[in-house]
Amino acid sequence: MRDVAIIGVKNTKFGEQWDRSFRDLVVEAGVGAVDDAGVVGGKIDSMFVGNMSGGQFVEQEHIGALIADYSGLAKDIHVPSTRVEAACASGGLALRQGIYAVASGMDDIVIAAGAEKMTDVPSAKASSALAAAADREWEGIMGATFPGLYAMIAKMHMHKYGTTSEQLASVAVKNHHNGQHNPIAQYKSPITVESVLKSIMVADPLHIFDCSPITDGASAVVLAPADIAHEFTDTPIYVKATAQASDTIALHDRRDITTLDASVVAGRRAYEMAKMGPKDIQLVEVHDCFTIAEICAIEDLGFAKKGEGGIVTQNGETAIGGRIPVNTSGGLKSCGHPVGATGVKQAIEIVEQLRGEAGKRQVDGAEIGMTHNVGGSGATAVVHIFSRNR
Amino acid sequence: MSVPRFWRKQLARYNLIGTHCKKCDDYFYPPRNMCPACRREGEIEDFKFSGKGEVMTYTVIHTAAEGFENQTPYVLGIIKLEEGPSLTSQIICDPKDVSIGMKVSPVFRKLGQDGEQGMIYYGTKFVPDKC
Repeated sequence: MRDVAIIGVKNTKFGEQWDRSFRDLVVEAGVGAVDDAGVVGGKIDSMFVGNMSGGQFVEQEHIGALIADYSGLAKDIHVPSTRVEAACASGGLALRQGIYAVASGMDDIVIAAGAEKMTDVPSAKASSALAAAADREWEGIMGATFPGLYAMIAKMHMHKYGTTSEQLASVAVKNHHNGQHNPIAQYKSPITVESVLKSIMVADPLHIFDCSPITDGASAVVLAPADIAHEFTDTPIYVKATAQASDTIALHDRRDITTLDASVVAGRRAYEMAKMGPKDIQLVEVHDCFTIAEICAIEDLGFAKKGEGGIVTQNGETAIGGRIPVNTSGGLKSCGHPVGATGVKQAIEIVEQLRGEAGKRQVDGAEIGMTHNVGGSGATAVVHIFSRNR
Repeated sequence: MSVPRFWRKQLARYNLIGTHCKKCDDYFYPPRNMCPACRREGEIEDFKFSGKGEVMTYTVIHTAAEGFENQTPYVLGIIKLEEGPSLTSQIICDPKDVSIGMKVSPVFRKLGQDGEQGMIYYGTKFVPDKC
């Protein structure tokens, strides 16, 4: 296997973009990443696009070809383009497939992108599309929503470990604080624990400010073999690990409702591949689709003891400047969560941090960072570790 | 959900019929075609659950899924059946009365409907034992 590096990145702005289409967003991200890397179309060997539900959100399938076409990579040069789907982990998985292509030696220059256009449909339709990431026949039919599934995780976490609503809220407060310094973020206004607790209840104990929003956005990175990365950029960021794990599609079939075993296993595989442990990681972007998800994630990845994710967050240990900064980008909560794009956006945040280009979000001296992208209520988890040094 | 798609699982939904693996003695609801533990070595048979169980965790849904808008607030829970497996279902009670560990029993109820003239879905929900 060859070492792989990220040599170019680009996010579009995340948010409600009524004036822009799915293809507008993807082309902006893709062209931006290619520009950042300084490569030309003819050099691109393949592309992988994470997209959860183009069929439901914009009534468009065949996303891989569409994007190749509108990026000018289909005609004449006929670049192979593959859509990758794993619900909200589609972006992380597209990145992983891109890494496979380069690591295997089959391809040299590869684009990994992710995109979702969620605001072209009413919010009830968007929620219904998202619910397809759970078990439609045995959860959805009973009236389960995504906030509802995570609410049941939260309720159990509170019952088992004494986690409080204030601790859940402190995740949202931290992520909004970080997001205000991120130019792409959907929400840039800071919030307080009190305002989270006063916001309307979606699914007890999760308030609306415990939930990530519905968002339009696209993200893209360019990958290359580490051996030639310096031909393109002075600051290639190296992939030290890529790992993925599956679990049951339905929450009710899990061994322990409060532990996402897919996250635990993907994390362990990533640590083994990188020959590292949680103590070596200097910052991490985790999948905080709901505040409880971040608490479970930092426990499952080894940054907090099981049951202490809430306390650790409330103590400020996961803030920028704390023991392990979590979601410096603002996370899904403040940046927004265009489901197919999120996994790629997480990688871009780590790349910007390791390049030292994160501005007011910068973690001093960051050299090693991790991303953690979850599909559904935990049926897929994708974990990556990146380093400034090969 | 389409008529044939619902119809295929009708017996399982109406009567809590799941499956049992004779080889490893595990019980599954919803039903599974293959035992996830012993896979092709397993021997699967239908099994009708008693429906006795307890609330493992729950939530009160205020923002409903499509088609459930006029039911809010409704209690959704994960019920652990006495034979072992867990399932997701609504619990019919005052949201203030539900708690983790509460004993529940099954009832046959309407789950939903496809518009005014569409198919009506029926299935199993749960009620507190004391009712």
